[in-house]
Amino acid sequence: MQLTNRSKQVSNKEMTLAEKMYLPAVIGGLAITIRHFFRKKPTIQYPEVKRYLGPIYRGHHILKRDEQGRERCTACGLCAVACPAEAISMVAAERKKGEESLYREEKYAAVYEINMLRCIFCGLCEEACPKQAVYLRHDKMVPVFQERDEVIYGKDKLVEKMDDRYIRANNSEVKTTPTEPSLTRAAT
Amino acid sequence: MDLTVLLVKGLIILVIFAITLGIAAYSTYAERKVAAFLQDRIGPNRAGPWGLMQPLADAGKMFFKEDFIPAQASKWLFILGPCLAMLTALMSSAVIPFGDTIKFDNYAIPVQAIEINIGVLYIFGVVSLGVYGIMVGGWASNNKFSLLGAIRAASQNISYEIALGLSLIAILMMSGSLSLKAIIDEQATFFEWNIFTQPLGFVIFLTCAFAECNRTPFDLPECETELVGGYHTEYSSMKLGFYLFAEYINMFVSSAFISALYFGGFHYPFMNEISQALEKSLGAITGHNVATAIGVVGYFGKIFFFIFFFMWVRWTLPRFRYDQLMNLGWKTFIPLAILNVVLTGAGLLYNFKYATWLIAIVMIVLAVSTMTRTPKREVMPQRTV
Amino acid sequence: MTTIIMTETLNFFKTLTPTGYLFLFLTALTLFSAIGVVTARNPIYSVLALIATFFCLSGHYILLNAQFLAAVNIIVYAGAIMVLFLFTIMFLNLRKEDEESKTNLTKMVSVVVGGLLMIMLITIFRAKSAQVPMVNSASFSNKTGLVENLGQLLYSDYILPFELASILFIVAMVGAVMLGKREAGDRHF
Repeated sequence: MQLTNRSKQVSNKEMTLAEKMYLPAVIGGLAITIRHFFRKKPTIQYPEVKRYLGPIYRGHHILKRDEQGRERCTACGLCAVACPAEAISMVAAERKKGEESLYREEKYAAVYEINMLRCIFCGLCEEACPKQAVYLRHDKMVPVFQERDEVIYGKDKLVEKMDDRYIRANNSEVKTTPTEPSLTRAAT
Repeated sequence: MDLTVLLVKGLIILVIFAITLGIAAYSTYAERKVAAFLQDRIGPNRAGPWGLMQPLADAGKMFFKEDFIPAQASKWLFILGPCLAMLTALMSSAVIPFGDTIKFDNYAIPVQAIEINIGVLYIFGVVSLGVYGIMVGGWASNNKFSLLGAIRAASQNISYEIALGLSLIAILMMSGSLSLKAIIDEQATFFEWNIFTQPLGFVIFLTCAFAECNRTPFDLPECETELVGGYHTEYSSMKLGFYLFAEYINMFVSSAFISALYFGGFHYPFMNEISQALEKSLGAITGHNVATAIGVVGYFGKIFFFIFFFMWVRWTLPRFRYDQLMNLGWKTFIPLAILNVVLTGAGLLYNFKYATWLIAIVMIVLAVSTMTRTPKREVMPQRTV
Repeated sequence: MTTIIMTETLNFFKTLTPTGYLFLFLTALTLFSAIGVVTARNPIYSVLALIATFFCLSGHYILLNAQFLAAVNIIVYAGAIMVLFLFTIMFLNLRKEDEESKTNLTKMVSVVVGGLLMIMLITIFRAKSAQVPMVNSASFSNKTGLVENLGQLLYSDYILPFELASILFIVAMVGAVMLGKREAGDRHF
């Protein structure tokens, strides 16, 4: 099977005198590395400059609300089953009278927790959800955490805020990530 | 000796000491930067502007790590090891003449810590002692990997010291003195630099200097694929820091030594014309001092180039195998160095300085002829299964 | 009695120059480390003490204004030979002390040999012909020990011993190569 056309045949033949002197090969190697020395560096200064991640990036989880602001999740548990890392756990509860404006279905998730240490951001929960409730945002990452007790995200961090609705752009040309890598910064 | 002369002398010693330490500290930074740039990365850039405070941060880290001494280790020798490494490394920069003389009143003080007439031998002796730090530390760790690393270091240093000394002898024959200052003064004009009269000696010396400093491609004593960490496997905290630091000081000293021996030290092309012009325009004393300063700057330029070269080679070449290392030292460099000495002597008999070019030319001709005679290795297309 | 000795020693120390103090200090250090070579239980410490002794001897050479000899002593003895010593001893793994190897016979023999050597040295030092001539300050040149003069001397007055020594070295080298050479069919390590 040929993967690339850059492979070289290796042989154990006796080295010629020039090869035994090592110096031509050494100088050749030095020439290659010094060329890289002056090459433009592709590094992006991460916290200051963020890379454009694309419209299908799988980032921070979000529990969607519907048009009227009701939580879509019905605590069916399919996402937890689908999760290969077993990061999702939930506790279901029955909707009481008067809560119709809060929850869309008669059963809802009283507790919905994702362990961000376990989550591998595969997006299978999103695929499994029959109610289109759980999504992975393409414009926001899970922030870095310092403490162990910060890693389990409850409903307070997951449920969509009404003043900050998340709409996934269908159009792949839409760039929602705020900052673009500027190559001038990256070269410093 | 006057008090002022003593004062200036003391100042020079202090400054050289500080410069050695400072350059060694920033060599660690430069190493990381150079490595990064050669690998299309940026390297440390968070501590201070362009990461310039990185050595301080590293030192802080080193100091606050746990200082661990293994239970079965020989405690005092374990401590002595890094001390010896650091001591021998620091001692050697004392005899390097960094510049011509500083003149004031009626005195002319050389920019050199101590001028002794056996400067070369002094450096050679101190460098040969450097291996004790590694050996004592490696043995005291009571760890097989450390011991193997120490033994590798010792045998490597002894082997390459011979070739190093023999290539040095050719230079001593040309200058007729063991004093570094005299050797530098011998190379006053550009085409008398020893790199032009001793090309082969330079290659041998440079390679042996790599081996003496335990730098890649000859860093077998700390070969992590075979020996975990080599002689410093058991070391942590600032003791490890001392070992690493000593390596960088050695690198600085050998760079200074190479530039002094082969690249004319503080000499630069058209030095006499420039210093005369300066003395004419600025007065004899100031002009002379300014000319000395230019020489010192030029010398440091050469040193920095060689430090860069050390790093450049490190991040280019893979490590030699141990038998390759020994074969290269004993079967290639020592005979070549002896041949070099003989040819230099013959050249000196007939007052011809460039005799050793003969070996270089013969070697190049032989290499080219064997290369053209051997059939070109055809690139076989990869088999598809 | 003790007061006389005290004042005498005091007077002796008063007559000393700084170089004299340095000499005394170095001598004490030399003797101390030389005793350490013999008495150290661990052979590694023994070798390290021997290295220290060589250093002190180099210091003596410098006091005698023989810089070249001092440097060569350090390079050859401390830098190369002792490294090889250390090298072999490290391989031998002599952690536990082998007291059994020192039988009474060996102890007695060593005492006799050491005593004979001491008597010989004392007689040599007391002999009139072996007395070191006093320094004639008029004809004394402080450049005697420097490398240029040493070279002149080696290649004129002492040319025969010098060349003989080099032949000895070549013979030793050839012998070492012969011993270390692998015969055909030997095991490859």
